[in-house]
Amino acid sequence: MLAKRIIPCLDVDAGRVVKGISFVQLRDAGDPAELAAAYDREGADELVFLDITASSDSRETMISVVEKVSEKVFIPLTVGGGIRTVDDIRKILRAGADKVSVNTAAVLNPCLVKEGAGRFGNQCMVVAIDAKAVVSAQKSGVLNDLALDENSAWEVYTHGGRNSTNIDVVKWAAKVEELGAGEILLTSMDKDGHQQGYDIELIRTVSEQVSIPVIASGGAGNLDHLYQAFELGKADAVLAASIFHFGTYSIEKAKQFLDARGVVIRR
Amino acid sequence: MKITIVDYESGNLRSVIQALRFAQIDPTVSGKPDQILSADALILPGVGSGNAAMKALEQQKLVGAIREFIASGRPFMGICLGLQLLMEMTDEGGGVDCLGVIRGTVERLPSEYKVPHMGWNQVVINKEHKIMRGISSSAYFYFAHSYYSVPADPNLVLGTTSYGIDFCSILVRDNVFATQFHPEKSGSVGLQIYKNFVQNAIE
Repeated sequence: MLAKRIIPCLDVDAGRVVKGISFVQLRDAGDPAELAAAYDREGADELVFLDITASSDSRETMISVVEKVSEKVFIPLTVGGGIRTVDDIRKILRAGADKVSVNTAAVLNPCLVKEGAGRFGNQCMVVAIDAKAVVSAQKSGVLNDLALDENSAWEVYTHGGRNSTNIDVVKWAAKVEELGAGEILLTSMDKDGHQQGYDIELIRTVSEQVSIPVIASGGAGNLDHLYQAFELGKADAVLAASIFHFGTYSIEKAKQFLDARGVVIRR
Repeated sequence: MKITIVDYESGNLRSVIQALRFAQIDPTVSGKPDQILSADALILPGVGSGNAAMKALEQQKLVGAIREFIASGRPFMGICLGLQLLMEMTDEGGGVDCLGVIRGTVERLPSEYKVPHMGWNQVVINKEHKIMRGISSSAYFYFAHSYYSVPADPNLVLGTTSYGIDFCSILVRDNVFATQFHPEKSGSVGLQIYKNFVQNAIE
């Protein structure tokens, strides 16, 4: 059976992994390749690298990071952050990534998803969606087929959560599937960073709406939260940062926990 | 030992190169017919659509070279789309002729399940084969695909995976070995396949 996936997410700034990484005895905990290898040994099913560098030369830095990681690590690798053109996608894939994740660029230029999928295949186009619960007073603005309406529960945000778009998350999810996305990485901005659990309602609604895999993100604080995302949220994979980086739980422990509860995972 | 990886601008070749280096081989990467025909062993990787891949192979005049290489009996490994392309035709893109090395077709995965079939799934090995040495049946491998191959001769199916249907995840015929999953993305079990392929090519 297809296993549910556990995916650690690493933030990379100027070629270095940031956020506390206290659990593994590494010579250099900020080295992406070394950390990726440690997660691989622990049983991570995939890795996501998110480039949070603000500067314009970050592309080249990220490419060299991906090249180094792919020398050591033989599990799937997704790279996101600042990818804007088909050529950006090509370079990242050539460097050794298997998938790219696009967020703001997909909203600004939906054709990017279509062109990337056409050129490199649906399986390598991940669309990341940052979702925030709609407060009724916000429902207004441009009318188009993706716009928020009276039934909308979540709005799409871009630019790292700074900009609202007036786009309905569920409609956008269906749209990116149509454009050729192979997977959706769905982050709840309301839950992210709080470690109180994923937004189950959001994850389930989107997962049932689309026929491509959905990765739940934002809010994991304990192992039961991972279980809930799979069992109640119908997620195909879970992304988590804090609970693994800070050494609260190991991937192996998470897998034992899920396995004992009947979730199909790779051991 | 010259192992050539066919380069037709199809996604992540670097992981295939690194997996071979792990198996102590420095591969040649080329999109030229003469480099393919002069290889001791050939690897056809591939992601993306069968339609686009066949176009690229035709443009680079590689169709004849790959067929000729396989007919020569030297070791050949196809990965993911590199398995599907061996068939006679694919349903992808409204029906496209493929390499026609193996009798059979390529069909879309059933829609009751999420497509692409993405992630780690088990491969049940139907019979012993030297390229699967050291790998137990039902081990997990990494998949990322929307179409699957249906060889006309069921005896060519070495490994089967279940996703709504049971499909051919490893095909073997004489010198041809091909997987629907990505061994270069399947951790240590996948690297074992590369080692075995290299060992077999050397022997």
